[in-house]
Amino acid sequence: MTILILLAVVLGVMVLVRLMNIVQLSTQVSGYEETEDDQIRENNWAALGLMVFMIVGLGLTVLMIYVYGSHLLPVSASEHGVSLDKLLNVNWFIIGFVFFATQIVLFYFAHKYRHTKGKKAYFYPMNHKLEIIWTVIPTIVLSILIITGLREWHKILMADKKDAINVQVYGYQFAWITRYSGNDNVLGKSNYKLITDDNPLGLDTSDPAMKDDVYTTGNEMHIPLGKEINFQFNARDVIHSAYFPHFRAQMNLVPGMNTFFSFKPTITTEEMRKITKNEKFDYILLCNKICGVAHYTMAMKVVVDTPEDFKKWVRKQKKAKEIPTTPSMAEEGNINKDVTATL
Amino acid sequence: MEVKNTVTAEHVHHVDHHDDEHHHESFWTKYIFSQDHKMIAKQYLTLAIVMAFIGMFMSIIFRLQLGFPDTKFGFLESVLGKWGKGGKLDPGFYLALVTIHGTIMVFFVLTAGLSGTFSNLLIPFQVGARDMASGFLNMLSFWFFFLSSVVMLWSVFIETGPAAGGWTVYPPLSALPQAMPGSGFGMTLWLLSMAFFIVQSLMGGINYIVTVLNLRTKGMAMSRLPLTIWAFLITAILGLLTFPVLLAAVLLLVFDRSFGTSFYLSDIFIGGVPLPQTGGSPILYEHLFWFLGHPEVYIVLLPALGLTSEIISTMSRKPIFGYKAMVGSLCAIAFLSCIVWGHHMFVTGMNPFLGTVFTITTLMVAIPSAVKVFNYLATLWRANIQFSPAMCFAIGLVSLFISGGLTGIILGDSALDINVHDTYFVVAHFHVVMGAVATFGMLAGVYHWFPRMFGRMMNKTLGYVHFWFTIISVYGVFFPMHFVGLAGVPRRYYANSAYEGFDYFLSVNQLITVFAIIGGIAQFIFLFNFIYSAFKGKKATQNPWNSTTIEWTSPVGPGIHGNWAGPTPTVYRWPYDYSKPGAEKDFIPQTVPFSETKSSNLPGEE
Repeated sequence: MTILILLAVVLGVMVLVRLMNIVQLSTQVSGYEETEDDQIRENNWAALGLMVFMIVGLGLTVLMIYVYGSHLLPVSASEHGVSLDKLLNVNWFIIGFVFFATQIVLFYFAHKYRHTKGKKAYFYPMNHKLEIIWTVIPTIVLSILIITGLREWHKILMADKKDAINVQVYGYQFAWITRYSGNDNVLGKSNYKLITDDNPLGLDTSDPAMKDDVYTTGNEMHIPLGKEINFQFNARDVIHSAYFPHFRAQMNLVPGMNTFFSFKPTITTEEMRKITKNEKFDYILLCNKICGVAHYTMAMKVVVDTPEDFKKWVRKQKKAKEIPTTPSMAEEGNINKDVTATL
Repeated sequence: MEVKNTVTAEHVHHVDHHDDEHHHESFWTKYIFSQDHKMIAKQYLTLAIVMAFIGMFMSIIFRLQLGFPDTKFGFLESVLGKWGKGGKLDPGFYLALVTIHGTIMVFFVLTAGLSGTFSNLLIPFQVGARDMASGFLNMLSFWFFFLSSVVMLWSVFIETGPAAGGWTVYPPLSALPQAMPGSGFGMTLWLLSMAFFIVQSLMGGINYIVTVLNLRTKGMAMSRLPLTIWAFLITAILGLLTFPVLLAAVLLLVFDRSFGTSFYLSDIFIGGVPLPQTGGSPILYEHLFWFLGHPEVYIVLLPALGLTSEIISTMSRKPIFGYKAMVGSLCAIAFLSCIVWGHHMFVTGMNPFLGTVFTITTLMVAIPSAVKVFNYLATLWRANIQFSPAMCFAIGLVSLFISGGLTGIILGDSALDINVHDTYFVVAHFHVVMGAVATFGMLAGVYHWFPRMFGRMMNKTLGYVHFWFTIISVYGVFFPMHFVGLAGVPRRYYANSAYEGFDYFLSVNQLITVFAIIGGIAQFIFLFNFIYSAFKGKKATQNPWNSTTIEWTSPVGPGIHGNWAGPTPTVYRWPYDYSKPGAEKDFIPQTVPFSETKSSNLPGEE
């Protein structure tokens, strides 16, 4: 079979070479040289092709925005996400305008100023005024985009974390564990050297703050509606990334470092099912940094509960105080590193 | 000036003995260990085309998986062996393919293939030099590239498979063989190959810079350089400044992998045991990598823009609009590209206040880029455009540069990046603005300078067919991909089965795969045209595009040793005197003095 295919390919190429030879020879024998008219005809076709390509292409762009647009992410389920989406739309509006304007001008010029008989191009090497105009205008537009973007960035950065609930999201090849800080709202200390089957997070049992911590054992995490949640991210082995597309939130998990992101969920899973008209809708946490062969399976269902339901659910999670006593790691000095980043 | 004259005199002397020398050239010195820039350019181009087809073939295999995850393809088992058992692509090998595809395309095709081919071909020709400053270094540079390619391809055939941690090879994943099979010997070979690659890049770069600065022919002031040369010069400087940083990153990674250091490693528990390494940071690697990684984008982009500037001006029969602004924007882009690397790291745990700085610098890159686009448009205005296949690709390039550049505004904005980071939106963005633009620039360059390389013309009709299939499939592949990314689908997923919300996009992925296959097949039209025309194409005339630059004054054909039989040409004017009012023809070559063109001289031109 393989040999047959190879043979077919070789024969095909040989036929092509022959054909090309014949075409070339016949033009030579007949003394046929490409005339100016031929060239102009060819040129017209190319120019027309580009024009058609532009019109069809822009038409398809509109069609795609219409068709795919309704299948993108639903309305943001977090507070900052809503204003982020607004900012995104402003950007899209400007980008869309520039896209359509420049593409139309490009292909229109290409078609209009195609070579025709006797045409001469206009010698026009520079114009300082024009250069200044099209340097200054993009600068102004981009400055606006930079300022509005950074304002949003700093708003996310400076989120009020006074009443935030501290939650740890812990990633390893290829699953997630979520730990809740309990009544004291403090996550107990941990150390990677303490990790065992019974203690997957490597919690240090000598730290009293860990006594009321609970953590998930299933593939599902819950968060309460309307509460700022301050996520602390940690990785066990390689870099992972916690991506919550519906909450417009993402932060990498870096071994040896604490990273943070906080957001406030504003729509429960139940409500979102009504909004999306999809009974089976669920929020999701995906790993978004290549982390090994089964990277694509590293996902966790996220459920936004009412605060009451959330409390009930948390009570059912695995209790950290049931972890067998570990040797204290405090003196090793590598707990609670200074290397942190906040978002 | 004196030095320059000496060199010229020496070469003239050299050329006098040209005929004698010709007899001594053996097959080995002429075709294999050649020190002639023209032959080295062809060697670079040939190897880059081979690598491009390999990279493209890999992409089609993983596109099949993405478009048709439930279908079994019998041929996969015969091609890939254990990696395609039962016609199903192995998830680990999927990642390996993605990784090697990225590495090959970015480094071997678009860096070495583009700069290596056209800097080598055009720098001596367009500045009027006999050859590169150091022919020997130039030869070494190619052979390091060859060695590097061989090692990279070798890694594909080893037991544990090639590197598979993505082309950015972030540690700890790439540092720990226990993290994935691809981080074993395959990763060692990847690092070795990259070290060789960096060596070739530095050797080439030094040569390009020295040649442009020191070996310009009489009258070739910097302000009379074609924009191609400006682009190659700035690219070479950029490479010289940033590639060594990648070498540092690679070396530290070698130490972490093999000698137990902890530059990038800290607090890791893997394979059931805690590792002793502590105190390192993967973020350090990311900084070092992207310090090259981002300028790298412009290392592949700037030569493409340089080639296009030249082609658009020539085929529009019009001077490039705003020559100085074009040079200025090249410099501005190159400078800014060195201080924007952090935009790859907005959500990596880098201090978020740095994100603020990188957002500002990143979005500033859009300004010189916009200037370039507007200047291209102004060049086309009231032009007299001749659509050779090269010109078609150049117009396509401008269109793609607009499309891809604009989406960069979203990704460069730290706040907006949060939700599209590492999704297919990024994949679509950089494939358009870097991959497709550089590829179009390269193809345009090949069509345009083919007669200079081989003394023959490429077939025009096949060129048009190739262009139309290519631009339609490029947009067909990457335009819909933006929507996949906006829906939150992460990149580097073997299958999108983890979340049923992504099911809808399977049909889009199928569409993309179909276009990818069409685009892939279309490249064989080019390959056929290239090989056929190199041997049997129509003989080229001396100056087939009626161009002003001096490479077309060198004898037609594959070229002679030393490029010009007599003294090197003297240059009297800038390279863009097209359609000058009062001139006899619609172009005045750079070699024509102002004294011969009294009727068309502008005030100030004696």
